[in-house]
Amino acid sequence: MYSQGLIGADGRSEETQAFLDAFQKRIDAEEKIEPNDPMPEGYRRTLVRQIGQHAHSEIVGMLPEGNWITRAPSLRRKAALLAKVQDEGGHGLYLYSAAETLGVSRKQMTEELLDGRAKYSSIFNYPTLSWADIGTIGWLVDGAAIMNQIPLCRCSYGPYARAMIRVCKEESFHQRQGYEIVMTLAQGTTDQKAMAQDSLNRWWWPSIMMFGPHDADSQHSDQSMAWKIKRFTNDELRQKFIDATVPQAEYLGLTIPDPDLKWNEEKNGYDHGPIDWDEFWRVVKGHGPMAKDRVKARKKAWDDGAWVRDAALAHAEKRRARKMAAE
Amino acid sequence: MSAEVPLWEVFIRPRNGLAHKHVGSLHAADEVMALNAARDVYTRRGEGNSIWVVPSASISASDPDQAGENFEPGDKIYRHPTFYEIPDEVGHM
Ligand SMILES: [Fe+2]
Ligand SMILES: [Fe+2]
Repeated sequence: MYSQGLIGADGRSEETQAFLDAFQKRIDAEEKIEPNDPMPEGYRRTLVRQIGQHAHSEIVGMLPEGNWITRAPSLRRKAALLAKVQDEGGHGLYLYSAAETLGVSRKQMTEELLDGRAKYSSIFNYPTLSWADIGTIGWLVDGAAIMNQIPLCRCSYGPYARAMIRVCKEESFHQRQGYEIVMTLAQGTTDQKAMAQDSLNRWWWPSIMMFGPHDADSQHSDQSMAWKIKRFTNDELRQKFIDATVPQAEYLGLTIPDPDLKWNEEKNGYDHGPIDWDEFWRVVKGHGPMAKDRVKARKKAWDDGAWVRDAALAHAEKRRARKMAAE
Repeated sequence: MSAEVPLWEVFIRPRNGLAHKHVGSLHAADEVMALNAARDVYTRRGEGNSIWVVPSASISASDPDQAGENFEPGDKIYRHPTFYEIPDEVGHM
């Protein structure tokens, strides 16, 4: 996307009320905003933060699943997991390229991830202890991601919306292959079913925390809704996810680890028990069980890849020089 | 740390008979690596049969502030077929 000219440029616009009003009018008319259009600095900053965080989540999300590729129980499962992890890498790249249209470079974003300034989804700071976790991640974590991402396909910022359309097309396979893994275990031996239940017990609460704090405690929500970056609130999306997931667990004969979970006829949805927000904030602030390992793994990959990047650039330079000499 | 790896815009033709369409961008040291990366990143599910990669720096874009002057037909309604009145008897034209 046409970002090169913007990188490093000062994106500041003089934001008079008239400017902000004109921008809001475009948003309200469901016009898409494209890279070189005038936009409030806050809109740009919000998107850079959100898309960057989203991209990092895709990349870091490759780690908990990647460590099971060599241990997948069959060739069929291995091929599917390999394809899924490769997709997540692709999602990260679509998103970095969407963020780059806003005047930030991928290198800058990578550095912010590695030095801890940028965040990624805290779900990936939990460990994948058993094969069942690979199934549960596809089913619940990708499932929750889909709930979040489908409305983002209509986000007001064109490049982000377009990237999300590609991502959403690919996500449905992720969730289905995960559910199939859990289903195979749930219908298997007693031990296998117990493994699936144990995995659901560990991943359920972190998954519903993926939607973020309750609406009343969510900082950036109102402005993001007004700018149509976000289309539904955290609680609305969480509700949709729970309503969709409970029958899927019932079908498997697995129990969702929430004793307060019950159908509420009046609201036509499930009520759930209290969420442990202390744990949520602990993990967001980097105290998740795997937080150090994840960043360490990314840092190692980046450092170990330095000679490859240098060699590629040197090779490109050599080819260019040779071509010029031949002309 | 290494120098910035150049940015490329990627265009894909879904099948013969259609035009190449912009699908996104990527970083690569040269056009050979850009094509390889474009295949891996943007065509994992048969999205196309031909890829173009163009250095992003080579693209000149029009100024969005001038979109009105440049693209609105405005008063030039005589460029549209409905501007001209042809009697019904003449038939479809
Ligand atoms: Fe993804
Ligand atoms: Fe996914």
